[in-house]
Amino acid sequence: MPVRVGVVVFPGSNCDRDTVHALDQAGAEPVVLWHEQASLDGVAAVVLPGGFAFGDYLRAGVIARFSPVMRAVTAFAQDGGLVLGICNGFQVIAEAGLVPGALLRNRSLRFLGRDVHIAAERLDTPFTHALAAAGQPLRMPIAHGEGCYFGDDAALDELETARGVLFRYVDAAGERAADDDRAANPNGSLRAIAGVISPRGNVAGLMPHPERAAEAILGSDDGAGIIRSLVDSAAKAAAGESPIAVGAR
Amino acid sequence: MSTHRFAVNVTPKPGILDPQGRAVEGSLGHLGIDGVSAVRVGRRIELTVEADGEPAARAVVERLAAELLANPLIEAYAIESIAGASSTTGGSSGAPADATAVGAGEPA
Repeated sequence: MPVRVGVVVFPGSNCDRDTVHALDQAGAEPVVLWHEQASLDGVAAVVLPGGFAFGDYLRAGVIARFSPVMRAVTAFAQDGGLVLGICNGFQVIAEAGLVPGALLRNRSLRFLGRDVHIAAERLDTPFTHALAAAGQPLRMPIAHGEGCYFGDDAALDELETARGVLFRYVDAAGERAADDDRAANPNGSLRAIAGVISPRGNVAGLMPHPERAAEAILGSDDGAGIIRSLVDSAAKAAAGESPIAVGAR
Repeated sequence: MSTHRFAVNVTPKPGILDPQGRAVEGSLGHLGIDGVSAVRVGRRIELTVEADGEPAARAVVERLAAELLANPLIEAYAIESIAGASSTTGGSSGAPADATAVGAGEPA
């Protein structure tokens, strides 16, 4: 029986269908979770998809953070449940404090929609274990106006020490992008951070869109490994195995 | 109960990247203005609170500011009372002018 993976839909979500499709392709049974519901319907993992939840008014992700479904997602995450936030979903979980840091306006002040390369820093996580190798460049699109990852120096040092950086922007050859390299790190994220993982290892977020690069027909299937990792880990969680044990920390 | 009007000024914390501020600063040259620097762009939220006295109303705004209006990782906030806009309710003519305006602005 395919594992049930939830996809949260806020007013203004626009990548929910893509995410449902990518999860389906990866062998999961996607379950759509409306923002007003207070229950997660027994799913084994939750994806917060991209979009502009509640118009991104005030700050991207902040209004969504206070919706009933996010109370359930927060409790689920605190209980060790697997949560992946993509793009706007990353902004939502950052605002909710489920992962460290904040996403600032792109340094260019422009909305950016184009392909980038990212590389996983580590494979011993529920979100990356199915990738072929750490450091290998993965091509997938970004589509955001507020994707500049920020933390103060102390917070970033702490994040690195805790191995909390999950993905970094790299160039096509896999070399880490400089903060001011607008070609490889277009939003100007500090330390080229494209995605992070919570200290406990069960919540992760990234700005690029793996679900939009999960099949060859989309121009790249480099994102499929991330989706597949999540689905495999969710299946393990549903079977009562610890998904974190996929790669011992 | 009484109504109290506040403004919450949210600004990027010192040292936080503020590309909007930089863009505004960069445009100043086009106006032929010199000597302006350190431009920071924030936002201002005005609101009316009905509560049992000013301290209680301010406490509500404090919580709202800390939990919703500002992200403490990147933003600072300051709460100010908007003078002359607060009043005690109870009489039909007692509502503050701006509160009346908000009500009158609702679609019929």
